Formats: sequence, C-alpha cells, structure tokens
Amino acid sequence: MPYCTTSVIDLAALIDAVAGPECGGIATFVGTVRCGEDDGPVRHIEYSGYEEMIEAEFAGIAAEARARWPRTRTAARHRIGIVLLGEASIAVVVAAPHRAEALDACRFMIEEAKRRLPVWKKEVLQGGEAVWRDNTGRRVPSGGGPRDPD
Amino acid sequence: MSILRIRCRLFARYAELLGRDEVTVELPAPAVVSDAVRRLRDVLPEGRLLPERPLVAVNQRHVLPGEPLADGDELALFPPLAGG
Repeated sequence: MPYCTTSVIDLAALIDAVAGPECGGIATFVGTVRCGEDDGPVRHIEYSGYEEMIEAEFAGIAAEARARWPRTRTAARHRIGIVLLGEASIAVVVAAPHRAEALDACRFMIEEAKRRLPVWKKEVLQGGEAVWRDNTGRRVPSGGGPRDPD
Repeated sequence: MSILRIRCRLFARYAELLGRDEVTVELPAPAVVSDAVRRLRDVLPEGRLLPERPLVAVNQRHVLPGEPLADGDELALFPPLAGG
C-alpha cells in the first residue's frame, strides 16, 4: 500500500496490518489537524507533497526502524489534500514483542517523518486567510527566506 | 564543453511564488546544485524570491548544495518541510 493517501486514514486497518501472534504490543502515533495558537480558528489544512519521494523516504524510514528494532512490524500513512480540523494527517503504527521496542520505533519513525518527508501544509483559517507552516508550526514568511527569524 | 539538462521542480510556496512548478535549465559541465539554484534565481521572473540555499533533493534524495549534477537529473527545491 502507498504511504500517501487522499482518503481518511483507517487506523484500525493499519493496526490489523502489523498485528500478529508474536507481537505483545502495538504503539500508534496519530497526528491531527488542530487550531493554531496565534492565528485563530483553523478551517482545514491543505497538504501537498512530492509523492514519489514521500514513498521512497517513508520506505527508507521503515527499513531503518526495522534494522534498529529487528522484531518490529511497521505501517504508516500521510494524508495529501484537504484535511479537516480534528482529522488525522499522519499515522505511524509499530508492533513488537515488547512495548519498549514498539514505543521506541514508533517515536523514531514519526520524528524522522517530520524531519525528512517532503510535505507542506497550508493552513486555511475560518476567515479564509491561508498561512504556510513549517514542521515546527511556525508561519513561513511570504517572501523567499526559508523561515521567519527567531 | 558538454551541457547538462536539469529538470527543476518547485513545490508548495515556491511554486506559488514563481507561478510554475517545473522548469528545465541547461548548465555547462561540471556543475553542482548551487549552480542550478543560482541559474534559477537569475533567469526566472521572480527568481530572486527563491533563497540562495533552499532545501534540495536530487533524484528524490536529500542533498547539500555542493552535490554534483549529471545530465538528466531531477532537482527539487523545497520550502521548509511541514509533514505530520
């Protein structure tokens, strides 16, 4: 299954995909669209991405996780397109014989996904204003600089 | 002197700023990523809106500005990433 999807993420299906009799724990991370802290209510977020590279990067991240925690089984999805307030934009699921491996590998995968996936989000506020955000949640300036100064 | 044809792709805010998501540039060999970025900034209308050192990928792999380019490479320029 591709990692990118334009459909609502089916967390139960991801859990089913990794579950097995050898697994004693399943860790999940689900990232959801939330209201911004400084710009008012969010209507939705428009996610866009370099989909061919997202597939390659996510596959690489999963392979790295399985190399580091060999007994884990992994699944993940990232939404592309319009994602409404409260809906999941990303999900990472890791099954392992014991909880420590599952939790550690899940944390690794979401942190690497945030750092490496070529995905961008444009927040559309209730008033109609659109704001580009980076992966720390900061507003991206309208000019060409990589980000606002701290 | 050989010429490298590099397919450059622009994403998200950069595509919005420049009004296009793809352009091919020709560079004399040898060339590195920063040469292609400089060319884009010089030749595209609004090209100066691109940063001098954007995040970049070549053939779907994150690289640094000094990465050598080969004829037919795909260079992608990324605004700050925002996955998750």
